[in-house]
Amino acid sequence: MDDIMRPATEWELKSMMTVLAERGIPVEILGAGSKRGIGRPVVAPVALTTGAMRGISLYEPSELVMSARAGTPLSQIEVELASRGQMLPFEPIDLGPALGTDAGLQTIGAIFAANISGSRRISAGAARDYLLGARGVNGRAEIFKSGGRVMKNVTGYDVARGLAGSWGTLAVLSEVTFKVLPLPDDVATLVYPDLTDDLAVELMSLALTQPYEVSGTVHLSPTLASRLRHKGLSKEHRSLTAIRIENFTRSVSYRKQKLREILSAYGAPLELELESSLEFWGEVRRLSFLPPNGTHLWRISTTPSVAASLVSSIRRHMRVEAFYDWSGGLIWLETPASADAGSADIRRAVATHGGHATLIRADETVRRTVEVFHPLAPATDKLTRGIKHAFDPFRLLNPGRMYATM
Amino acid sequence: MTSIVLPLPDPSIVGRRDAIARDLVALCGADAVIWDEDGRRAFETDALTAYKRMPLAVVLPTSTEAVSAILKYAKANRIRVVPRGAGTSLCGGALPLEDAIVLGVSRMNRVIEVDFHNRFARVEAGITNLAISAAVSEEGFFYAPDPSSQLACTLAGNLAMNSGGAHCLKYGVTTNNVLGIKMVTMDGEIVEIGGSHLEAEGYDLLALIVGSEGQFGIVTEATVRILRSAEGARPMMIGFESSAKAGICVSRIIASGIIPVAIEFMDKPAIEVCEAFAKAGYPKDVEALLIIEVEGSEQEIADRLAYIASIAHELNPVAMVVSGSPEQSAKIWKGRKAAFGAIGRISDYYCMDGTIPLGHLPHVLEQISEICRRYGLRVANIFHAGDGNLHPLVMYDANAPGEMEKAELAGAEILKLCVSVGGCLTGEHGVGIEKRDLMRVQFTEEDLAVQLRIKSVFDPDWLLNCGKVFPLDAVEAAMAAAQFEASRSAEPGPAEAA
Repeated sequence: MDDIMRPATEWELKSMMTVLAERGIPVEILGAGSKRGIGRPVVAPVALTTGAMRGISLYEPSELVMSARAGTPLSQIEVELASRGQMLPFEPIDLGPALGTDAGLQTIGAIFAANISGSRRISAGAARDYLLGARGVNGRAEIFKSGGRVMKNVTGYDVARGLAGSWGTLAVLSEVTFKVLPLPDDVATLVYPDLTDDLAVELMSLALTQPYEVSGTVHLSPTLASRLRHKGLSKEHRSLTAIRIENFTRSVSYRKQKLREILSAYGAPLELELESSLEFWGEVRRLSFLPPNGTHLWRISTTPSVAASLVSSIRRHMRVEAFYDWSGGLIWLETPASADAGSADIRRAVATHGGHATLIRADETVRRTVEVFHPLAPATDKLTRGIKHAFDPFRLLNPGRMYATM
Repeated sequence: MTSIVLPLPDPSIVGRRDAIARDLVALCGADAVIWDEDGRRAFETDALTAYKRMPLAVVLPTSTEAVSAILKYAKANRIRVVPRGAGTSLCGGALPLEDAIVLGVSRMNRVIEVDFHNRFARVEAGITNLAISAAVSEEGFFYAPDPSSQLACTLAGNLAMNSGGAHCLKYGVTTNNVLGIKMVTMDGEIVEIGGSHLEAEGYDLLALIVGSEGQFGIVTEATVRILRSAEGARPMMIGFESSAKAGICVSRIIASGIIPVAIEFMDKPAIEVCEAFAKAGYPKDVEALLIIEVEGSEQEIADRLAYIASIAHELNPVAMVVSGSPEQSAKIWKGRKAAFGAIGRISDYYCMDGTIPLGHLPHVLEQISEICRRYGLRVANIFHAGDGNLHPLVMYDANAPGEMEKAELAGAEILKLCVSVGGCLTGEHGVGIEKRDLMRVQFTEEDLAVQLRIKSVFDPDWLLNCGKVFPLDAVEAAMAAAQFEASRSAEPGPAEAA
């Protein structure tokens, strides 16, 4: 895997893909490589990184749109956006720290290729919801585009959005165009300590069914909370449930007060003001409390109201630490090291409760034997194989990364 | 005569109409099948009324299993199927073919489950858009996408076209508000994708299916996101002496960091017609009118409207009116949402749907006027300004020979103009038959091939909603390529060799 190809332009990318396609050489697709450890190990004699295709090619703040080459570092994009008071609304998390690499490495192309969203997903939508257009090269070495730079576009099928979450198995992205939004003026966080998982999910859902545009709802187990570095929160060993409000300053204080009243049955919250809030949600965004410590890390998507019950049914089989995001709709689960990463028990519990589970952190041996991505139902599997074949008939792009025979 | 060519009907299928109708009756009962001429005539067109085709037969099933049986039958007998919601498509998306069964989902319109705690509703896809909001409004919730036709149009049609609406500036379009679907493929196979959780596993098949214009399958059920309504909402109207100033105003509002729920634009001809219809109190002596709505508590609404007013003030607006009551707000929106109908009362019109980058607005509006002047046609402009989605209504007289063709030519020029400034052919109505032959203005052959291959995954025989979305010769080429690939796949490909 020493051989890393680095196309600097879309045309170079196409030329390289043409050679690979002609010779039938499989290739591992990378951005910065910060998520390389996610998925089944890719068996390919060469790798290709988009890292040399970088730069912001379009930014129109008054149209809320930006285009960037796929290898552009996220950090560069966020600095540019912040300079005009804007942001990526879906708040992509940074998996680097949880996977044992540095924070701040990931590229914008990989964010969309893996559909990486964060806590604001609950109100603002996912990465895929902000993807307006994409360019790339498929496994047939064809350059293609889909979508465009305008906010509303139903011309042809939504291929760009269809590439989101395909982990480089359908095409190599060369450029992405996405919608951005203004940064909120102010942020406040209400933190309720000591709630059980059940009560926390109840509180988070209650907060989200109010007309106050709550933009983040998370719950950390006592152990995870004690790993926070946040000055005001890290001292004690107790669970923390946090509700975020973002808006103009006057709205934040009005809405915060309303929510305090509505949620009063859950106890008196600690209040984090702007700076303290940013610090807390920054840690959430880097999953700083889920470092590589010999454990496995799972990501489970489910219906919020069954989240606590799902976790407790897994807990019957193993010791787990749970971090709930999206009011319980997303569970990050730290599980003890084992040969199958607890996969059988976890997937059985998920099957009972609904949803799906992805193994995010495990060593290569485990990832070779366990289904890392959630196994597909037969009808979906058939369509998925068809789509893969349409883009990459010779299985050259990240072969086996998502599913063993695709 | 109208100019878009449709696939030729297969006489062997048309000749078997009676037998096919009997088979459909056997599959789903006599009351679900319409095959007499008068009955079929009600389905011969959609909202693109210039085009009409009598369907072979119409079937209105009431269950997913019945849909599956019909599609299995159609596939086995190689009969084309045209899916239909309420038939409100403005692009001919539901136009029948003479050798195709129209499969309408309008009788599948139940609300199956509402879950406020988890904020979703599971419904049958034939439910009307507005009925979803109606089913959850008592608890203060709503379903966000709001196409103007929301009283009549079905969720199934919204899913097919990825419909938007005035309020999607804040809340997104259909694809952003759907969590899961149950869909029947042309094989009759029932596929469930997603559910009540936020993201489906694997590839984002939902993204591909929503907006596929009924070419991938028939969606029979969907789980949609429902949202808690804001405490209140209020529109204000700002009139300007020029469209250019209105465009600058929109840009400045958005750049300032405030995203209203909706920013709608009407030009003078549109204002006059809508005012005559709705008596909404639209200012009359202005060249361009913005309707801007914000949400929140009383105080928040007042703060936000004052902020927007201060931005507008720098551009010397001719009129600035904040809605004074819920009744007036309703009238302001009634006028806007009834705009197409109101213009339809005074003239036939051809409704365009391009989207442009907002910065090009003054230039594009000028060019639209110029194009229509050249063809001797009047035009009214109504659009979703916040996201650059234009709806020029090109007016013509359907009884005057050649006028319809002129309107279509003017429309095509307008759409080419939209693409040339970085926009697209259609923002929310869909391609259908109407813009099918313009797809090469926006896409290369390779772009199209990528899309066509996806269609073939879902429906390799091209039986579902055939003749729409893609130029007919591109489809033929794609089918030939697929056949060639299939014939070669018997031999070992490079992957196997490696």
